Amino acid sequence: MTGIVALYIFMLAAFTGYEVISRVPVILHTPLMSGSNFVHGIVLVGAMVALGAATTTLERVIGFIGVVLAAGNAVGGYVVTERMLEMFKSSGARQPGARKPGMVQSESGGH
Amino acid sequence: MPGFNAHLLIQASYLVTAALFILGLKRMSSPVTARSGILWAGAGMLVATLITFLTPGIDPSNYWLIIAAVAVGGVLAWWSGKRVAMTDMPQMIALYNGMGGGAAAAIAAVELYKIAMPAPGTAAHHGLATTTLAVVGGIIGAVSFSGSAIAFGKLQGLITRSIRFPGQQFLNILILVGALVLGALVALQFNASPELVTALFVLALVLGLTMTLPIGGADMPVVISLYNALTGLAVAFEGFVLNNAAMIIAGTVVGSAGTLLTQLMAKAMNRGLSNVLFSGFGETGGASTTTVTGAMKEIDASDVGVMMAFAQKVIVVPGYGMAVAQAQHKIWELAQLLLDRGVTVRFAIHPVAGRMPGHMNVLLAEAGVPYDLIADLDEINAEFETADVALIIGANDVVNPVARTDKSSPIYGMPILNADKAKNVIVIKRGKGTGFSGIENGLFYLDNTRMLYGDAQKAAAELIQAVKAAG
Repeated sequence: MTGIVALYIFMLAAFTGYEVISRVPVILHTPLMSGSNFVHGIVLVGAMVALGAATTTLERVIGFIGVVLAAGNAVGGYVVTERMLEMFKSSGARQPGARKPGMVQSESGGH
Repeated sequence: MPGFNAHLLIQASYLVTAALFILGLKRMSSPVTARSGILWAGAGMLVATLITFLTPGIDPSNYWLIIAAVAVGGVLAWWSGKRVAMTDMPQMIALYNGMGGGAAAAIAAVELYKIAMPAPGTAAHHGLATTTLAVVGGIIGAVSFSGSAIAFGKLQGLITRSIRFPGQQFLNILILVGALVLGALVALQFNASPELVTALFVLALVLGLTMTLPIGGADMPVVISLYNALTGLAVAFEGFVLNNAAMIIAGTVVGSAGTLLTQLMAKAMNRGLSNVLFSGFGETGGASTTTVTGAMKEIDASDVGVMMAFAQKVIVVPGYGMAVAQAQHKIWELAQLLLDRGVTVRFAIHPVAGRMPGHMNVLLAEAGVPYDLIADLDEINAEFETADVALIIGANDVVNPVARTDKSSPIYGMPILNADKAKNVIVIKRGKGTGFSGIENGLFYLDNTRMLYGDAQKAAAELIQAVKAAG
């Protein structure tokens, strides 16, 4: 890939990130930060390539540390994000009869 | 040409991964689809990781090293991620984020040492753009690594003091300039000796430490978010170096999304980003000159129980103090009792309730509170005037009306929840001390405010009994 194409990718990805996130409600900010933290765990593939191409002991040691850290980023980020998001439930999940009209959707609430 | 096919297969898989990441993040924008969002992104990660083993040029003798390293990092993170308490989530995110930054720095280090010590027979053929990006990504990654480690230490309570001294910012700038000069030398390959590369990374790691140490606990969420964005950027830069489109796209998306998130958080906290980084608020306490007049008036749990049982509308304002006392389950039990009596109950969440925007929602979700009973600041503020009771539990600065009136207060201008507009304000509070930022709270002295002293969990249990007794 040439430098200018890489710049195009960079620009488009930057706008995409901004647009995707700008519509996220505040209640999801913590899981979202955690989720985006997971996404940059993709550094794992780069660390794997770096370690794979290592030829000296020094490169192998640094590469090994890099892969350990990157795997921690990816796996840890996934586990905590999934744990948080799993807990979000609507009142529909609450026992029937206890639900009150007028508070069904937060969107219909206080605007 | 099998090499070509493997290359094409890898590129196609990375494309799928990038699409899954973006779709996954998109699905996380609604609580209904959020869970599936992380599953999609996870699938993308799995595809990319597996396909990378096919990369041409991986030395077969390194395969076992890669597998061992993935296993070590993955198992440790899995184990820690499964057992971390929801209250400790912010520092755990900081830790995993720092690991990503460290990994980006490690990639940069491997590449730069290759230039500094070319293996026999291979000439260094890196262009200036490549070495520059490797250096910049390496510095950012290293700063994010050590900075996130400090953030983790502070939120975990391992580092309790904020180290500040005169000329500290001058020193930070000096270290930054030093790192940039070394980086320029390495990038230009005037003198890319291994020692120079080592010095560059040491300096970058030190910069992360000295930048983060003076920042107080209250500002940490903004800092963690900033380091999250920085790690994304570092990953994107190393993606350029390795010619890896998946890393460029994912890293850049996180870089821009994280920057936006950081701005939102800083705004919600009424803190400019430069203020967070270059001043020491968060632990120093209020510099407010205004003294709040009046007396705090105490009330019994049984009276509060009656008040809420016969109310039309109760708004609960939870703060981090509630989570520390592990009272969220009791509070939800109380809310359910009220709901069953026909009382309208809503939970009002300030953007910085908890230790990170959205953290309180996670803690309430853990207790079983449905997300549609939870309202954020813009949504709920107009409703306080019609509420019979505002129940403040473990929150302080986010309901302090001083933020509206007292220009000398450090929290002046911060958007607050208008709990003082409710007909009755009940504050559950451990003692008479000031909040996280050490600022006196004017709300506690208002005529319509009553204080219910005690441990949040115990007080909530008493309120449950009181509401039941109200018949």
